[in-house]
Amino acid sequence: MNKPILGAPDGEAWDTGAGSLGEVDRYTAVGKSPERVDALKLALGKGTYADDVALEGMLHLKLLWSPHAHARIVSIDTREAEKEPGVRCILHHGNVARIPYTTAGQGHPEPSPYDTFIFDKKVRFVGDRVACVAADSPEAAARAVAKLRVVYEVLPAVLDPQQALLPGAPVIHDEPEATGLPGFDKARNIAAAMDVDHGDVEAAFARAELVLERAYSVPYQAHCALEPHSAVTWLDEDDRLVVRVATQVPFHSRRILARILEVPVQRIRVVKPRIGGGFGGKQEILLEDLPALVTLRTRRPARLVLTRAEEIVSSRLRHPQLLRWKSGVMKDGRLVAQELEVLANTGAYGAHALTVQTCTAGKTLPLYRAEAYRFRMKTVYTNLPVAGAFRGYGGPQGFVALESHMDELAGMLGMDPIEFRRRNVVGPGDENALAQALGEGKEGPPQRFRSCAMQECIDRGMAAIDWARRPTLPRTGTVRRGMGMSCLMHGSGIPGVDMGSARVKLNEDGSFNLHVGATDIGTGSDTILSQIAAETLAVPVGKIVIYSSDTDHTPFDTGAYASSTTYITGVSVKKACEGARRQLEDAAAEMWRHRGDACDRAALFVKDGAVCRPDGERLSYADICLSTFYTHDQHQIMDHGSHMSFECPPPFAAHFAEVEVDTETGGVKVLKYVAATDCGVAIHPKSCEGQTEGGCVQAMGYALSEDLTFDAAGRTLTDGFRHYKQFSSLDLPEFQTILVPSFEPSGPYGAKSVSEIPADGPGPTLLNAIADAIGIRIRELPITPEKVRRAWLAKQAEEARS
Amino acid sequence: MKIELKLNGKDVAWDCAPHEFLTEALRRHGLLGTKRGCESGDCGACSVLLDGEEVPSCLVLAAQAAGHEVTTIEGLGDFAGPHPLQKAFVDHTAIQCGFCTPGMVIAAKALLDVEPRPSEHAVRECLAGHPCRCTGYVKPIQAVLAVAATNAGGEAR
Ligand code: FES
Ligand code: FES
Repeated sequence: MNKPILGAPDGEAWDTGAGSLGEVDRYTAVGKSPERVDALKLALGKGTYADDVALEGMLHLKLLWSPHAHARIVSIDTREAEKEPGVRCILHHGNVARIPYTTAGQGHPEPSPYDTFIFDKKVRFVGDRVACVAADSPEAAARAVAKLRVVYEVLPAVLDPQQALLPGAPVIHDEPEATGLPGFDKARNIAAAMDVDHGDVEAAFARAELVLERAYSVPYQAHCALEPHSAVTWLDEDDRLVVRVATQVPFHSRRILARILEVPVQRIRVVKPRIGGGFGGKQEILLEDLPALVTLRTRRPARLVLTRAEEIVSSRLRHPQLLRWKSGVMKDGRLVAQELEVLANTGAYGAHALTVQTCTAGKTLPLYRAEAYRFRMKTVYTNLPVAGAFRGYGGPQGFVALESHMDELAGMLGMDPIEFRRRNVVGPGDENALAQALGEGKEGPPQRFRSCAMQECIDRGMAAIDWARRPTLPRTGTVRRGMGMSCLMHGSGIPGVDMGSARVKLNEDGSFNLHVGATDIGTGSDTILSQIAAETLAVPVGKIVIYSSDTDHTPFDTGAYASSTTYITGVSVKKACEGARRQLEDAAAEMWRHRGDACDRAALFVKDGAVCRPDGERLSYADICLSTFYTHDQHQIMDHGSHMSFECPPPFAAHFAEVEVDTETGGVKVLKYVAATDCGVAIHPKSCEGQTEGGCVQAMGYALSEDLTFDAAGRTLTDGFRHYKQFSSLDLPEFQTILVPSFEPSGPYGAKSVSEIPADGPGPTLLNAIADAIGIRIRELPITPEKVRRAWLAKQAEEARS
Repeated sequence: MKIELKLNGKDVAWDCAPHEFLTEALRRHGLLGTKRGCESGDCGACSVLLDGEEVPSCLVLAAQAAGHEVTTIEGLGDFAGPHPLQKAFVDHTAIQCGFCTPGMVIAAKALLDVEPRPSEHAVRECLAGHPCRCTGYVKPIQAVLAVAATNAGGEAR
């Protein structure tokens, strides 16, 4: 389907199917790694994050969190708390509007259940909101919180997703207002469900010569963005509500706040300052509603910043899942049928309950060709902390199952695991079999893979880790070594949904202001979008002054999620700059005509910050701007662009690891990790490496060390950095990133996404490497030393018996 | 209470509550480069130098700094003259969200001041108390090693 895609919102033909890797050599700004536009100020400590403002008369908020996993609030007595000096406002279910919504920061209408209230009469997990105090100082607020007297009627709780589905299980959302998409069944604790069949699944399994079915389990993971959720709100001189918040989704925040605060959108301005990491945790309208309400009631500035423990317990987490994968395969190694069943735990609220799980299927099942596919999914409520969006968005969970399974299938067939994958993996021109069935809460657009360098990712990764050494690694003795790999794909934006826009205007020194709604949360998008602008306008990156994002001053963008900013907003920047370029050429032609030196408009081109003629005459942008501002043909050279794509080109990757397993302690040490990624043309290669390194190391923690544990009452035990163990600089293995180029015709300058795919790999890659080292297949994360040691002892006992 | 200290080379006198932590006192006086990531001594986002040694300012009372020398990220360099470590973090794309960066730079300075040519392992150890959720540490380690490589043997910066 190399036909042009004409679906851009401004009706402009965008993707002409032209372009190839050959043109990349001619780029002047794209494909280089200039200094990131915000790096120096951050290195100097100047970055101003949400909490870096202190306003006159600002109130500080503290929350009372539920001590119970499931309880009804019988009464809240605020009298003692009100007497605490400096207390200005106390909010709870008795004095705020009751409007059902979802905290998920998604497009409208959000495909997540409306099961949340600012405050409710019921609490559904240890750490749920009960009440909030605003006071002159954080200390006064904390003292007042301690004086709130709440009577609870404790209800039976359910902490296990399988038990939550049993008849007679406590019903977590028994409120009449909660609603969801088809499949939502609150009486059975089901937040979302989906069944999809593609092809004749029964017939395909019947024809298969071998069938393998295995179960896998993956846990919660905490985002641990170093900057906690923070928001500061105030009324400006026009009495409008200003919300300065650490968010990935300023426009969704404005829309959802308007609804739940019952304030018109035009009375709200959401400002995204510098953000200290998000990873999906800030794709959520998590806390800004409370300072906003306090500001509206008291007319004073208000501030809420979560503590680290609150961050871990009461913000959002990665969905735990139980996965069952079943494959039918022919003896020659051809896959014929793939079936995935997922039972996901969303905790007490259903933020992203449907779409994370559909992505579990959507990123994994279509990676290998088969005749038929089946997907069965339920996301259930439990009385545990709340899951939501987290980098990879279902992919890291699904690939644990798929890529472990591929290794096991290869073993069963007596085939080399890489050969087996190569035989079945999709390539350019193949259809994405499930794209339509797994749309964003509705049918999605059909997809066909265009750019795909998967085979080369495998080649380059094998060479880098020296896969040929694999058979020679030591596999006797106490400490054993092994190698594993996995193949991965992700997406670039949500097709037919994600939209970004940009505006560019010329200044009289030949620089440009670039305004985007896209939110740089540390990803580097401000730099990448500046490079795209610089490339299109033929100026150095330093001539672009980018600003992101502020709902008053920047045009709309769905936000920083779904790996969409480079691929979607990047094109909107390119369109805006192409428009500005045309205007520059028009203005130059008019200037020459006016001087009696008329030229061929069609022969004009831009180079080095000037409009040029084939005869060598040139007019600098600065001169053109001065003239159009003050002298002749007066107007502002500026343009805007919007973009949405019906395509979602996946980046592809092959990950490789070498590990050392100590059979005596169960400890696993990652010795070397190689990630070979096809992200199309890398706009800023160093940033693509950084995304890969950071995403992989984050996921190594998920695979090996990050263990969120709860007591029998549902209390989180590992609620600080000391007990919740992320990978540190000492745990980092030797790391090699390989960027394998391809050219994606629907992306800006050939680019696809890169930010999420790294998170998909370490889980299965390390599981496969461990299986190679010690001959034990672990099907559960995190791979703690206890689990490895126990599995080892079980294997010893088994061998002794036989 | 009144406390006097030397902050980034200048004498200052501050009014502080006896229980106020140094992080709060610094931020209250506009030194916002010192971040709060955990307030329990586990993330290093709030690191400053106290008489040249790295300390988590969230665990140090402002009063404890009285009579001592405190260096924050603002004391290392500015737009016109960034410290070589600040420059190296920029040049190596070692900064993503940047929230951990001031703490890492402070930690690296403390290391290089006493050990101008540290091994890679020593650099990894020095950054181990600085969880960074963005970079995966590869590029921050490279940045510190690059500065170390320019240090003449024994010459501290
Ligand atoms: S804020 Fe001080 S160590 Fe984390
Ligand atoms: S750059 Fe974001 S935490 Fe280090």
